[in-house]
Amino acid sequence: MPVVLWTDALLYLLVLMVLVYALRVRRREHLRAPWRRVMQSPLAVGAAVVLGVYVLIALADSLHFRPMAKGGGHGEVISVFDYLVTPLRTRTEKTYSAPFATHLYAKEIIELGDGREVRGYPRLVYGGAHLNEPQAQRAWDILRTSLRALVEAALVSLMLSLLVLTILARRSGTTLRESLRRVLGGRTRGPWRTFLGTTALLIALLFLLVELSADYHVLGTDKVGQDVLYEAIKSIRTGLIIGTLSTLVMLPFAIILGVAAGYFRGWVDDIVQYLYTTLNSIPSVLLIAAVILMIQVYMANHPESFSSVTQRADLRLLFLCIVLGITSWTNLCRLLRGEVLKLREVDYVQAAAAFGVRHGNIMLRHLVPNVMHIVLIMVVLDFSGLVLAEAVLSYINIGVDPSTSSWGNMINSARLELAREPVVWWSLAAAFVFMFALVLAANLFADAVRDAFDPRLRRETA
Amino acid sequence: MIAYIIRRTLYAVPILIGVNLLTFFLFFVVNSPDDMARMHLGMKRVTPAAVEQWKHAHGYDQPLLWNAAAGGAAKLTDTIFYAKSVRLFMFDFGRSDEGRDIGYDIRQRMWPSLAIAIPTLLIGLLVNITFAMLIAFFRGTAFDLAAVVLCVMMMSVSTLFYIIGGQFLIGKIFDLVPISGYLPGIEAWKFLILPVAVGIVSGIGMGTRWYRTIFLEELGKDYIRTARAKGLSERLVLFRHALRNALVPILTGIVAVLPLLFMGSLLLESFFGIPGLGSYTIDAINSQDFAIVRAMVFLGSALYIIGLLLTDISYTVVDPRVRLR
Repeated sequence: MPVVLWTDALLYLLVLMVLVYALRVRRREHLRAPWRRVMQSPLAVGAAVVLGVYVLIALADSLHFRPMAKGGGHGEVISVFDYLVTPLRTRTEKTYSAPFATHLYAKEIIELGDGREVRGYPRLVYGGAHLNEPQAQRAWDILRTSLRALVEAALVSLMLSLLVLTILARRSGTTLRESLRRVLGGRTRGPWRTFLGTTALLIALLFLLVELSADYHVLGTDKVGQDVLYEAIKSIRTGLIIGTLSTLVMLPFAIILGVAAGYFRGWVDDIVQYLYTTLNSIPSVLLIAAVILMIQVYMANHPESFSSVTQRADLRLLFLCIVLGITSWTNLCRLLRGEVLKLREVDYVQAAAAFGVRHGNIMLRHLVPNVMHIVLIMVVLDFSGLVLAEAVLSYINIGVDPSTSSWGNMINSARLELAREPVVWWSLAAAFVFMFALVLAANLFADAVRDAFDPRLRRETA
Repeated sequence: MIAYIIRRTLYAVPILIGVNLLTFFLFFVVNSPDDMARMHLGMKRVTPAAVEQWKHAHGYDQPLLWNAAAGGAAKLTDTIFYAKSVRLFMFDFGRSDEGRDIGYDIRQRMWPSLAIAIPTLLIGLLVNITFAMLIAFFRGTAFDLAAVVLCVMMMSVSTLFYIIGGQFLIGKIFDLVPISGYLPGIEAWKFLILPVAVGIVSGIGMGTRWYRTIFLEELGKDYIRTARAKGLSERLVLFRHALRNALVPILTGIVAVLPLLFMGSLLLESFFGIPGLGSYTIDAINSQDFAIVRAMVFLGSALYIIGLLLTDISYTVVDPRVRLR
């Protein structure tokens, strides 16, 4: 039985919007040119491949349904992604265990076969359970599994490369060998070498993780014994939703108000400026805190409005996006207002006004398309900041619901464990790696987009 | 000039009123004081009498906007709006939900906040400008590219990791300085040095990259070409011409954030256990002390508006082309 959460619906709406935009871009040369420039930068292509993988995981994680429970009725709400990685999700240990560990982190009293009891580290239920003598066999087993995974990954990458090479050769009318030489030498029109290299790397990583996590907890387990790798991957959806939906929420406000203020000037401008100065003057953390506190009070007093924990957490996530959107739309609005103030004096707008075109039409047909590059740059630039903000907000307890998996929550719960001896470092490391990869890819991609779309920068390089 | 300052100060009044109305709406209209009382008292077994008592103890038992029961001017003043919101304009912050005097707390906690914020800002500025000039000097080379990529990588690490990493490395493994805590007076340096260092390092990526673009923009201008054409050395061009002019946007940008330094750094203070305004705010959020959050919202926006005013004034001071009317 499918369950549609609010954020799921909005995320897929966003995907639809991106598709519509892509179709528009395909048909218009002046829009295609900057995107082609983005795709010619090797860094941007590498970043785009990484971002693509993140997006795919988030999309698979955004199709929720309620599986039939064994005894009839319905179970917990899970996503398609959860279903795909059922072993990872359900194989929980008792408490912490280090990456690739075969024994639990904490000492316990173990009952031996002959009835005696000793204090020691018990074996894990799933991690390395297939080994008889873990100490001796583990390293060899890990090595063998990794090698198998790498060979499989190499085969898949090779097939993909062959496919790409054939297409390239067909397009340019050369032989396969010649197109291979061109790709390796970096003499193709797009940076295909980077594309294939990054993809091969990611495929290798994917196969390694899949093969190894069949037998081990690759990134260890957390306090309640949940696999850290699973938590970290689940957090991708939260991060992406915060990064994208927040801007989606603010876009209509920023565009309508910014364009209207710049176009009409006078009292409309005064009101819009007053609005964004007021909102801007409240430190954003405090505004977010105030709104989230009030939502908490509301939710605590109206428990009957939420049918399940998942839906409750989802609504809080949505509200967080809305609040983040409200605190960040002012910047875009100010930029748009400034740009439209300049554009409204341009000849074609004056001509349209002289022909008696209506205000709404002038703004929609002549002004909005010409400020879209600013919107695009801002949206892409804001993304990484929002992902980072989520972690900070979750640390102050005004971020996502504690039951939602997010990197912020992971850091928050792992932070105190650094004081333990030996150190429990793996949750932090996992959150760090996953977050760093996403934010770095987003930053690199955003830079390429800005360089390609900002007309000021283009003139300098030309 | 003075007329301009007075007019700008008057502009601030409607904005502060707007902020005040917004917080009032958020805190008292979206959720009634009854809801807040129930939240604080715990959800189970809350008697109406206990709710009334909590509201009375915290002064939430009056009508929101209009007290029909009172007489004369008290019709307006014996209300929650007057008692909790209007009084903020006189910087009378009232009492927190726990009963402490918020104004006193703010005055006490301001100093540790400044003790972290000012060194972080000044040393960070020096470090960032130095790096940015170094990169600008080698612009267009492999060093430039590597440095920019390094900056982007440093930007991509969450501040949380800088703090945790710093605490873990310096505090735990090398055991050089205490991990957290604070002592007033001259002894404070031991507790301040790590947060300040972490604050500087976490800002390097963003700051250096930003200043680098400012420098490059300056270096592309005509007067630089003139200076080079005169035969000046690259060192003179960079320091005497580019640096001085690049300082205009840098300094005016800093003036805008100066007043907000009072608010302290939320993360640094709470991680390192420093009793400043940042950790005050976080504690208030965690213990759901609405009175403190309201006071900090008002204080923050007032400081922000002062920052805007200072920015405009500083433009006239450093850039003689700008005239304020």
